[in-house]
Amino acid sequence: MIVNEKIAIDHGLKKDEYAKICELLNRTPNITELGIFSAMWNEHCSYKSSRLHLKKLPTKGKKVIQGPGENAGIIDIEDNDAIVFKIESHNHPSFIEPYQGAATGVGGIMRDVFTMGARPIANLNSIHFGSPQHKKTKNLLRGVVHGIGGYGNCMGVPTIAGQTSFDSSYNGNILVNAMTLGLVKKDKIFYSKAAGLDKPVIYVGSKTGRDGIHGASMASASFDEKIEEKKPTVQVGDPFTEKLLLEACLELMEGDSIIAIQDMGAAGLTSSSIEMASKGNLGIEINLNKVPCREAKMTPYEIMLSESQERMLIVLENGKEEHAKKIFDKWNLDFEVIGKTTKSKKIELYFDKEKVADIPINTLVGNSPMYDRKWKKVKLPKKNKIKKEDIKHLKIIDVLKKILSNPNVCSKEWIWQQYDHTVMGDTIQKPGGDAGVVRVHGTEKAVAASVDSSAVYCWAHPLTGGKQVVCESFRNLIAVGAKPIAITNCLNFGSPENEENMGEFVECVEGIGEASEYLKFPVVSGNVSFYNQTKDEGIKPTPAIGGVGLIKDYKNMITMEFKEVGNLVLVIGKTEGHIDQSLFARNILDEKNGPPPEVNLFNEKNNGETLLKLIYANLIKSAHDVSLGGIITATAKMCIKGNKGINIKKPKYLINEIEYLFAEDQGRYIVEINKKDFKKVSDILNKNAVHYDELGIIAENELYINDKTKVTIDELSTSNKSWLINYMSK
Amino acid sequence: MKSSVITFPGSNCDRDMDVALKKFGFKNKMVWHADTELPKSDLVVLPGGFSYGDYLRCGSMASKSKIMQSVINFANSGGMVMGICNGFQILVETGLVPGVLLRNKYLEFICKNVFVKINDKRNKYFKNVNNEVLEFHIAHNEGNYFCTNDQLKEIEDNSQIAINYCDENGKIEDQFNPNGSIKNIAGIFNKEKNVLGMMPHPERMIDNSLSGEDGSLFFKNLINNLK
Repeated sequence: MIVNEKIAIDHGLKKDEYAKICELLNRTPNITELGIFSAMWNEHCSYKSSRLHLKKLPTKGKKVIQGPGENAGIIDIEDNDAIVFKIESHNHPSFIEPYQGAATGVGGIMRDVFTMGARPIANLNSIHFGSPQHKKTKNLLRGVVHGIGGYGNCMGVPTIAGQTSFDSSYNGNILVNAMTLGLVKKDKIFYSKAAGLDKPVIYVGSKTGRDGIHGASMASASFDEKIEEKKPTVQVGDPFTEKLLLEACLELMEGDSIIAIQDMGAAGLTSSSIEMASKGNLGIEINLNKVPCREAKMTPYEIMLSESQERMLIVLENGKEEHAKKIFDKWNLDFEVIGKTTKSKKIELYFDKEKVADIPINTLVGNSPMYDRKWKKVKLPKKNKIKKEDIKHLKIIDVLKKILSNPNVCSKEWIWQQYDHTVMGDTIQKPGGDAGVVRVHGTEKAVAASVDSSAVYCWAHPLTGGKQVVCESFRNLIAVGAKPIAITNCLNFGSPENEENMGEFVECVEGIGEASEYLKFPVVSGNVSFYNQTKDEGIKPTPAIGGVGLIKDYKNMITMEFKEVGNLVLVIGKTEGHIDQSLFARNILDEKNGPPPEVNLFNEKNNGETLLKLIYANLIKSAHDVSLGGIITATAKMCIKGNKGINIKKPKYLINEIEYLFAEDQGRYIVEINKKDFKKVSDILNKNAVHYDELGIIAENELYINDKTKVTIDELSTSNKSWLINYMSK
Repeated sequence: MKSSVITFPGSNCDRDMDVALKKFGFKNKMVWHADTELPKSDLVVLPGGFSYGDYLRCGSMASKSKIMQSVINFANSGGMVMGICNGFQILVETGLVPGVLLRNKYLEFICKNVFVKINDKRNKYFKNVNNEVLEFHIAHNEGNYFCTNDQLKEIEDNSQIAINYCDENGKIEDQFNPNGSIKNIAGIFNKEKNVLGMMPHPERMIDNSLSGEDGSLFFKNLINNLK
């Protein structure tokens, strides 16, 4: 096939990009070469619209061992232990085929982590669906949950936390973001940088099939009505093979045979081989006849672009081939020497004794396009004034029950019970709390992780929203007693070619950068997913932040359930009464305009760090951050989990009861303390200039407000737990 | 006391079982599925996981793996063999214990704490356990125990039912059955009661920071009974 501009455009390249390819090569590429360029230059692999802005994120810190640019980020958790972690999107395939899309998303991110030598110890996910009333939502939700469980459960890695939301902006584009944490010894980390000439390049894992060809290109385009036809671009997962691959790789990594290792993820053999060569400033030569194929007569084009799962590329030390092969034979996995490193600085492919591709590596990586896309700034919307007549008829308990059963607040037990969250025997905080916590096996240490996003806030004002998500992650880690260390981000947006969507991206990234800089909570890895768009309709901007923190002695971990009747409950942080964009405003008052709550980074940091001091001093019995639904919702959840009541007395503030209880001001926590510790606690809070309110006293099994209004915890629990179960069983 | 945990390709609770057995005093060895000989053992454990991906029928390929002939011989000569979760599925495939394990009634994987009532204590697994009810943990997709009416009569007549799903007070009712098992069966013995297959994972309940501590109770008692 002779390549021309039309074929290039069919490959998702732009006219000028194709012209640049011809210019760089000084000739017309053949079809295999064109495929390689299109795979390397698509948005998913090249970050061409986002690179310019991602550079502004803070990525360094005392605890950062590896920032962005490798398979995953790495942080130091002391005693020669390190945590490898990353979040990644699998949005497009999951909408087309929810089970396989979600499953391979989980498989892919685990590979990124164990490629670096780490054993995965925890999985998390952030999943977003269209309106519950939309005809596709239920099946997509079921498929995604089954897919995540199907892969993670088989791998034997616990899924310890997550986030699920519903919003009509996801009707045509669901989001599936998967995150994995792995544990590695600091002196046994593996990287993807090839080194040395004439080193054998090894292919291990599953055979290459025709699945997932052009998966990364599909994920770099908007959807239209013909999207169902894209099913063949979705990869098919085999978690059993991945489990074998994990064990085989870790076994090989015990020795010193590996120079570089890289998983074959998006754009398969193409991007893995090119990345390894590019990082090592080398060339690579591959004999494609050696690549283990699942199907007969696969062409070089198909072999290079297949996204078949569970495959790895390794550059070995000379002479270690036999030793390595033995290990892969033991685990029944394919092992082939398919090529070698060269000094040519080119990728050279051979098939049936003919050279089928010959491309200088720097044209693919260094010269890939980078765009400074046009973008629009979003002004801070004007505040709404709540009208007295809108709220005076509202009964607090009714509103509370409505909020507790809101799809975005209700218990997600139906989901996380389908994930094995206790395998590996170190899960000390299960899903349903502020963060999941796993012990570092055999030590006193534990690692906490949480994944958060606030699309509504980001949509109302991206700059504030970006800051808020980082703060929420920070807060969730502190609420379980962990010191926040670093984050990974998954940036889900609409089309970068649309000025509004691009503006949302730019300003969210700015907000994330500002908050992570201030909180010393650097970004160590991440992924961008653009084109979450069907025709002209894009999703709400949804940056998801995965935060990781350390608990030095796991016995100091805090959980959110109320512990003891008679204990005192405080609100840490000031309540100003910000109702705009709150769940209350949007769902009870049906008011969708206005600014999100303001983020005050000083208070956020100060309140959080002071709470950590209280936790380390053993003064906190339970804690929970205040988020969607405000103080009353957070408190009700602590009641439900602990099966205890509370007698709430509204402090004498200027704002009214509704504003006090439902506002979503930031930087706040609800904490439980023993009455006798009140003086110690208030001294520490005062000394650190942290505002607090006395909210009430823990009671038997009813929630009272100002002694008059009351409701049983059972009733609240039913509101909270039944929505999702009922929805899925209908 | 010496124990052996068999690792099949796809086993994923083998390490957890190793940790638990050692914690309560067993000298444990990990045994590879392709080996033919069992080390000298007082207890052999088939751990949880997805042996061979559970691709044909859960446990069926593992039941034919090389080491299993030795395990079967060991069991037939009176050796203690315990299969947990996928290990239970392997045991039913070998025929060492009767019945089959179907997909959970609601077709969903379930991971949660459950209560089980000990049905019979005249065996080395549960003898001297003071409690009648234990809080255990399950994590499976195919734990729905089923057998024919004749088989059921036989296992009931021989007191082969080891544990049943129940509530915290030991009430065995349909609403406490997580997966649709016939008679709420969570675990059964062979006739001689040296072989136990059960869905719950006691190895995930071995200290108070985890889901609970009734697993500790189980293992402490087990090693004492074997002495």
